Amino acid sequence: MNFDRLKEKLEILADAAKYDVSCSSSGGTRKNKKGALGDSSISGICHTYTEDGRCVSLLKVLLTNHCIYDCAYCVSRSSNDIKRAAFTVEEVVDLTINFYRRNYIEGLFLSSGIFKNADTTMERLVRVAKKLRLEENFNGYIHLKSIPGASDELMQEAALYADRLSVNLEIPTESGLKLLAPEKNRAEMISPMRYIQKGISQYNDEKKIFRKVPKFAPAGQSTQMIVGATNENDLQIIKVADHFYKNYNLKRVYYSGYVPVLEDKRLPSLTTEVPMLRENRLYQSDWLMRFYGFKAEEILDPNLPFLDLEIDPKLSWALRHLDQFPINLQTADYQMILRIPGIGVKTAKKIVQARRFQILNMDHLKKLGAAVNRAKYFIDFNAGNVFLKYLTNQNLKKLLIGGSSSKFHNQFSQQLTLF
Amino acid sequence: MTTLLYDGSFDGLLTAVFEVFEYRYKDVEIFGKNQYHQENIFAETHEVVTQTEKAERVFKKLEENIGRSGIHQLLKVFLSEDPESERIILSAIQLSVQHPHENILQNYADNDILKISKICKSVDRERHRMTAFVRFEKMQDGVFFAKIDPDFNVIPLIRKHFKDRYQDQKWMIYDLRRNYGILYDLENCDFFYPDEKLDLDQYEQKFHDEESQYQKLWQRYFIKTNITERKNLKLHIQHVPKRYWKYLTEKR
Ligand code: SF4
Repeated sequence: MNFDRLKEKLEILADAAKYDVSCSSSGGTRKNKKGALGDSSISGICHTYTEDGRCVSLLKVLLTNHCIYDCAYCVSRSSNDIKRAAFTVEEVVDLTINFYRRNYIEGLFLSSGIFKNADTTMERLVRVAKKLRLEENFNGYIHLKSIPGASDELMQEAALYADRLSVNLEIPTESGLKLLAPEKNRAEMISPMRYIQKGISQYNDEKKIFRKVPKFAPAGQSTQMIVGATNENDLQIIKVADHFYKNYNLKRVYYSGYVPVLEDKRLPSLTTEVPMLRENRLYQSDWLMRFYGFKAEEILDPNLPFLDLEIDPKLSWALRHLDQFPINLQTADYQMILRIPGIGVKTAKKIVQARRFQILNMDHLKKLGAAVNRAKYFIDFNAGNVFLKYLTNQNLKKLLIGGSSSKFHNQFSQQLTLF
Repeated sequence: MTTLLYDGSFDGLLTAVFEVFEYRYKDVEIFGKNQYHQENIFAETHEVVTQTEKAERVFKKLEENIGRSGIHQLLKVFLSEDPESERIILSAIQLSVQHPHENILQNYADNDILKISKICKSVDRERHRMTAFVRFEKMQDGVFFAKIDPDFNVIPLIRKHFKDRYQDQKWMIYDLRRNYGILYDLENCDFFYPDEKLDLDQYEQKFHDEESQYQKLWQRYFIKTNITERKNLKLHIQHVPKRYWKYLTEKR
């Protein structure tokens, strides 16, 4: 092993892969076979965090940053004058195994620039996964990036060896994509997703009949959208996410605030700030859709197409629906308790359990982990609540912003507990 | 006031609890022998001899009342080494005996129960961090060795995780503070209690030839995967508290 050369490649190809956020290791369920290496559980592990506060659970690299395309938002684009490198299949396998053995990572996230054509590239990615599974007996997590335009046969093989596959939509709207990546075509990007989705549902059917059907992309699919490179609004973005959750059974949609790294007339200028707060609000909306039973239309509507940057979307919903409050903690159903600002999933569950034993008051609520400074305006206890008089107050929003200096203030990231 | 002294094991503690009921002690405190410094000179002491039979009976009762997962919570309180842990466990078991048909561990409005839930949360967090922050280093003899220094005694809680994950390599995890560890030799995965403390000076000289190379690769990867435009050190430190840094390859 030539370690110096390997180090140089790793630096280039990790650097080029770092803007992709659609990478996490949760959702794998590959159990270790006797005497082999690796075991993935449903919730992956963040083995460390970068200085920007993001979780590192996978070795995230490009196979190569050579690319025949010229997408404006991408550092690997062909017209960008940068150092290029390419790993061999063996090198990626060696790094993955040796990092895994030292407990640095949960597995591999492998993506690539497109060299020659889609199939050649996809074939090489598949070869890495295949070698890891068949020759190294590796049961850790593997996430492959599908290359738009890759053939169904290759996607089929990829799904046999990888846990998760993803195609990044990158730009949420078709018009935006036309502008920034004229050589790419949205239909071609989506077609591998459709293929995998069909494969997964077929797998689920067959599993009911035959016990030993080979796993097929068991951790499902995910995608990423870049936010703020083009000028779509939040409503459009949420609707796209909702569409893909519903029609493609996506496991996750990731939002990546655009980091201006390239000078281009079509893009925001290099001095534009990364829209971290907006990105955070989108993740919060996404949570509301996935875990809180909110519909996309409830979070935003055409008269209000952007998320409020001052307050989180759940609070924003509550302030627009004051008629639904106050909510009685002793009698309300779980779904409604979930909608109280300052109360998250865990606390809501505890409330429903604890109220069987006694009548809850403000003090209990605090102990159960609610953010009482927000929740107190929206709740009625059996014995009443002095803060309820503010519920109809014109300035409730101001009152709430003033009272909520949370410890997470100014730290906007999808990794946080959001409510 | 009666003081019960037990041997410091979980079975010992359950035996002690059994004897509290058996002898109908009213006003008691329970101490592990090594933490007991005879503070209360007016207390009568009662020495508990660990008896698996008695422990087993408490265990059975608890299993009926609060289930395996409830017992697991009490075990975590025990492993937290919290100075109050014996008192809280006794209190929970007494509550459970009074209300055998309820899962009393869900009565969060009770102060001791709330404490249990808090302690479990902290222990779980530490357990999780140890599955994440353990860094194996390959030694000349091919064994992958990791040293840890957790705030709570979590080795019993992480054993299964590593046993499932690393079946084709020999490995050891060693708790520097408590001076014991687990060892997997491709067949068995057992606790070990060395006579002498680990000599850290000699340790690095026994690294496998490749070890420093992979450590360097990992360090470079860690730097290169960071997006400087999004730097947020406060968040970073919140996730990776400084007390873990000296054992993390990428932070050295
Ligand atoms: S095809 Fe992919 S790697 Fe190539 S320029 Fe476009 S986004 Fe970048």
